[in-house]
Amino acid sequence: MSRPHDMGGQAGGRVEPAPDGIPGYDAPWHRTALGLTLAAGGLGGWTIDESRAARERLTDYPRFSYYEKWIAALAGLLVEKGFVTEEELAAGTADPAPLSPRAFALDKVAPALARGTPYSRPGPAPRFAVGEAVTTRRPAANAFVTGGHTRLPAYAEGKPGRVILSHGPHVFPDCNAHGLGEAPEPLYTILFRAADLWETPENPDDEVTLDLWESYLIPA
Amino acid sequence: MPHDHHHDEPHSLLPSDPALRVKALQTILVRKGLVDPAAMEAILETYETKVGPHLGARVVARAWADPAFRARLMADANAAMLELGISGRQGEHVVAVENSARQHNMVVCTLCSCYPWPLLGIPPAWYKSDAYRKRAVREPRAVLADFGVTLPEGTAVRVWDSTAEVRYLVIPERPGGTEGWDEESLATLVTRDSMIGTGFPREAGA
Repeated sequence: MSRPHDMGGQAGGRVEPAPDGIPGYDAPWHRTALGLTLAAGGLGGWTIDESRAARERLTDYPRFSYYEKWIAALAGLLVEKGFVTEEELAAGTADPAPLSPRAFALDKVAPALARGTPYSRPGPAPRFAVGEAVTTRRPAANAFVTGGHTRLPAYAEGKPGRVILSHGPHVFPDCNAHGLGEAPEPLYTILFRAADLWETPENPDDEVTLDLWESYLIPA
Repeated sequence: MPHDHHHDEPHSLLPSDPALRVKALQTILVRKGLVDPAAMEAILETYETKVGPHLGARVVARAWADPAFRARLMADANAAMLELGISGRQGEHVVAVENSARQHNMVVCTLCSCYPWPLLGIPPAWYKSDAYRKRAVREPRAVLADFGVTLPEGTAVRVWDSTAEVRYLVIPERPGGTEGWDEESLATLVTRDSMIGTGFPREAGA
């Protein structure tokens, strides 16, 4: 199974720092890509989990730049959810229509951006206590959809860790990304020793944390 | 078609040049009434002029200046942020993590590019780069070296990989020589990178 987005722990090039403050755009179309993605997200046609899954399954994921991924995934979601047809994409235009009642309206922008979308939900009581030792499941794979979306990185599969924060039930992306409902599960922050993740950690005292749902974890 | 082998992916129906591709999608969405151009401008303007690292800096400066606020921030970051009128998308579940002589905190999202937008705004390109996403968890000290940052002997690194909807704000250590400074002055020392953990605050008088 190919998971090109799951790149934590791989070798990579130099990181190029940027000036402080609000970043500008590297190209004018990046601005449009950002604006379109957020404005179209306001249609409420898909969840953040569906959006991430749409980016991850792009054949061109490794080749595409950041905003190319956004735009390609947006095109896919718009067709999949019935907002736009393939014919319209191919034509590069569409018949004019009045503003849809579902569109992200100007007067909704400020309150919606300030409110956000909380992901905590009523749900089952946590099985693990803060301080408890756990092991992550192996392999890091979606248990419901073969090759589907999951948020357990491969570098952390089958690793021993310890619960340091308990966030309560949150929307479970492995289900929510595939139209299987929110299926809330307790979410934890798990602390791993770098020495348990990597054969040659930079420093034996270093640590990595991940935010993991309960079904990613088994008692140690 | 330039991408025959991807014919099942709708984006391949659009022009392959990214600028033309975005333009075509914009045309379709606006003509169909699915995107209001005025709303789109308002969203962009929000993140270009209103929401950015200056908001996170206000939170950090108040935490430095006011121990009671700092305690509330560590216990419930979202409630403390609301005291300063700060909230929003991609910051619904914030956890503040404190740097100390013994622990340096650094934030990454290896699976995509999750980032605390209401506190720091649009993420810088390096945060979204493959290089940072690949290396931050395995060799954080080498990544810090790319930023010109060297940690003191005896400081351990804790890298927070944001794999869910929890967003992390690093509270750097207050620079020396700032005794008696007011919040506004303190906030000028707080850099975006110091709140991600790839930098230190500016030094007083620097």
